Amino acid sequence: MAASMESKAEMGAVRAVSAAAPLALRILAECPVSKARACDLILPHGTVNTPVFMPVGTQGTMKGITADQLQDLGCKICLGNTYHLGMRPGPELIEKANGLHKFMNWKRNLLTDSGGFQMVSLVQLSEVTEEGVQFQSPYDGKEILLSPEKSIAIQNSLGSDIMMQLDDVVSSTITGPRVEEAMKRSIRWLDRCIAANKNPDRQNLFAIIQGGLNAKLRKACLDEMTKRDVPGFAIGGLSGGEEKDDFWKMVTLSTDNLPRNKPRYLMGVGYAVELVVCSALGCDMFDCVFPTRTARFGSALVPWGSLQLKKKQFAKDFQPIDPDCQCPTCKRHSRAYLHALFKTDTAAMHHVTVHNISYQLTLMRSVRESIIEGRFPEFVRTFMKRMFPVEGTYPSWAVDALASVNITLDGACSGQGCDSALC
Amino acid sequence: MRLELRRVLQGCRRGVLTGVGRSGDHSLELPGCLLYTRCGTVPHLTHQTLHTLQHLPAVTLIPMDSLAEHQEVLEEFGGGMGKFAGLQNSVIFCSLHDSVAPHPTGYNTNKTVSVWGSGGRIELSVAQYMALQRAIRPDWYQSLADGDTQQLSTHKRVRKSVDRTLSNLDQCLNLHISTEGLRGSEVFGVVEGGVMLEERVRSAQETAKRPVGGFVLDGLHSRTVSQELRSQLIAAVTKELPEDKPRVLLGVGRPDEVLECVEAGVDLFETVFPFQVTERGCALCFSYDLDPDPESSVLESREKETKIQQKSGDDTLENQEEITQFEMNLKDKRYRDDFRPLVKGCQCYCCKNHQRAYLHHLLVTNELLAGVLLMLHNLEQYCSFFQSLREALEGDKLNALKKRILQRRE
Repeated sequence: MAASMESKAEMGAVRAVSAAAPLALRILAECPVSKARACDLILPHGTVNTPVFMPVGTQGTMKGITADQLQDLGCKICLGNTYHLGMRPGPELIEKANGLHKFMNWKRNLLTDSGGFQMVSLVQLSEVTEEGVQFQSPYDGKEILLSPEKSIAIQNSLGSDIMMQLDDVVSSTITGPRVEEAMKRSIRWLDRCIAANKNPDRQNLFAIIQGGLNAKLRKACLDEMTKRDVPGFAIGGLSGGEEKDDFWKMVTLSTDNLPRNKPRYLMGVGYAVELVVCSALGCDMFDCVFPTRTARFGSALVPWGSLQLKKKQFAKDFQPIDPDCQCPTCKRHSRAYLHALFKTDTAAMHHVTVHNISYQLTLMRSVRESIIEGRFPEFVRTFMKRMFPVEGTYPSWAVDALASVNITLDGACSGQGCDSALC
Repeated sequence: MRLELRRVLQGCRRGVLTGVGRSGDHSLELPGCLLYTRCGTVPHLTHQTLHTLQHLPAVTLIPMDSLAEHQEVLEEFGGGMGKFAGLQNSVIFCSLHDSVAPHPTGYNTNKTVSVWGSGGRIELSVAQYMALQRAIRPDWYQSLADGDTQQLSTHKRVRKSVDRTLSNLDQCLNLHISTEGLRGSEVFGVVEGGVMLEERVRSAQETAKRPVGGFVLDGLHSRTVSQELRSQLIAAVTKELPEDKPRVLLGVGRPDEVLECVEAGVDLFETVFPFQVTERGCALCFSYDLDPDPESSVLESREKETKIQQKSGDDTLENQEEITQFEMNLKDKRYRDDFRPLVKGCQCYCCKNHQRAYLHHLLVTNELLAGVLLMLHNLEQYCSFFQSLREALEGDKLNALKKRILQRRE
């Protein structure tokens, strides 16, 4: 309560991006070299410091860690999935519980997706028409139509601070007329979503830029969608198995054409290298299930990659996951103990989930601090060197993407005339 | 370690163990319970979530089943299991078998006892068992025991189990004295004897002659032993045991059974029951309040009626018969839109922050948080029940408490 009052007061001081939207973006610093920026994103449930990684709590819970634990890690915004929550427990019940915040007792911000992404993952079950997405409920077999209006109605019931428009999602590896159709339909659906939002004063609606890997289509989508008065934009349809060289070009094209005064959310991105590079390209918000999902398989994220804790090599390794990490797991437990615990109890997963969320949030805090302190390019160089200590092993897409925003890596080759096998 | 008996009421021993642990600076109120863990972790919980609870048992129990496979690691680590598991300030009791895990019968021999870890069976001789204890460095540990008797075991098999266990105890005690790393640890002798009264008595008498720190009553957890028989056997055993040493009963935990076992002279239990309740998606909701608010008790009995009616209905859970009258089945549809805490007034993290409807949702969607929240709630309720039991013994209210606990028996 106090938090939301406070942020409303703060919002008065900063010019809100659109007359009614409950969101304000305060740009604190912009990197003089790259497109990176550090902002305060003021939302109904408190201020979010960007660039930010948003952990995904699909079904109204963060995979075995409590709301208090998540809050203690410094998380200010997390995700819920409209598709899952719409099925179970259903929007009526969450409305009865006074919204998803209350239902899961999460006092900070929530972002909900539109349910549209599940069209790609459940494509066998679905059919897309102008009206919406028709699919069969995996729980009771009933035919369900997810229209833009329905998606927004569910998200209105959930009461999230940021809602996403329903978009027509096609796989990022598809080409041809279907990509253009999906892009154009996403624009029409955006208008229907804007019209359907019952709570524009409490809930922000973000548009999603589509257009596949086709620069012309992306640009057309950007031109059209930025004409709408929405409080923020997401870059969608990427991170679906496309070539990294295509991926970063679409990201940078998008940030080049998005308004400076509105937040940019790159959907589905969550590997450390991608987070750092795409921050350099000007993205503010990221989400991904990867850090929490991989944790449950025993993979702990560290500044030099990851540790597969179930592997025998850690059985007698008595160091913490990362000696420099300040998370509750690293302060108390060794790799060897976690290795042993993975054979016995699910609590092992919780320990690594806590660590991985902490890793992601700490990484983004470091990115932010370096931007504010004007040393972001140096931060990127140090980060990349630690992640890829062997000379010549930088992924070429990252080298190129960073070079495109004037950040050159130590010892990175340009790719031309280089005889490294990795280039 | 000193056991100070404050009073004995209807066979129940209200006391306190002081000087507990190698450091000697812990104490433990009796009757009480030991914190059940596997590999040093309370199932589902991290240090952070566990310590949202206020009144945790002072002694942590770790079964050898979950440790034997880590012998090499613990030996190389060298700091003992407590430090290895991040339990720096806890008193550790290493028991033999995990009361929850299944133990196939027929694997014990004159020379060895088998334990079951994640990688399967591990056969332990006394020497191997003691080498493990040296690496674990517990504050208390039980001697190696052959508790592999069933209700239908022959007299010969039961006698063998008592003999083997006594012989193992003597060997353990010998090695204990000569093991530098176990200085300051207490060995608990194990009373066996299946369901045969004379063997139970013999086992108790013989074990009591040895220099042990306390006693573990083993082999009484079987579902086939009726509480009446269990009480008789325990009473016969405790009569033979010295008053100034604690008696631990493993594998028994239902509140009604706990009360009867306390009356038969048991001091310590383990928190296995709240774990079992958690595993079937249930929450403890029995009343152990000594001064219940009359209004809420009326509501409670009404709720109970509907619960029974519901039971005869369309509940299709496989483990339905396991659900006791002390718990509510949160998977049941009627909690779908129930926005009350699990138990009104409960001080656990779950009840202070969440509602039944949320727990129902987490269970229906198989979310990991369900186990975390239920484990916290069930531990809180269970430990509070023991607190209430101790208060009842102090305030001459045992019969009132018994009535309160047993009234819900169907």
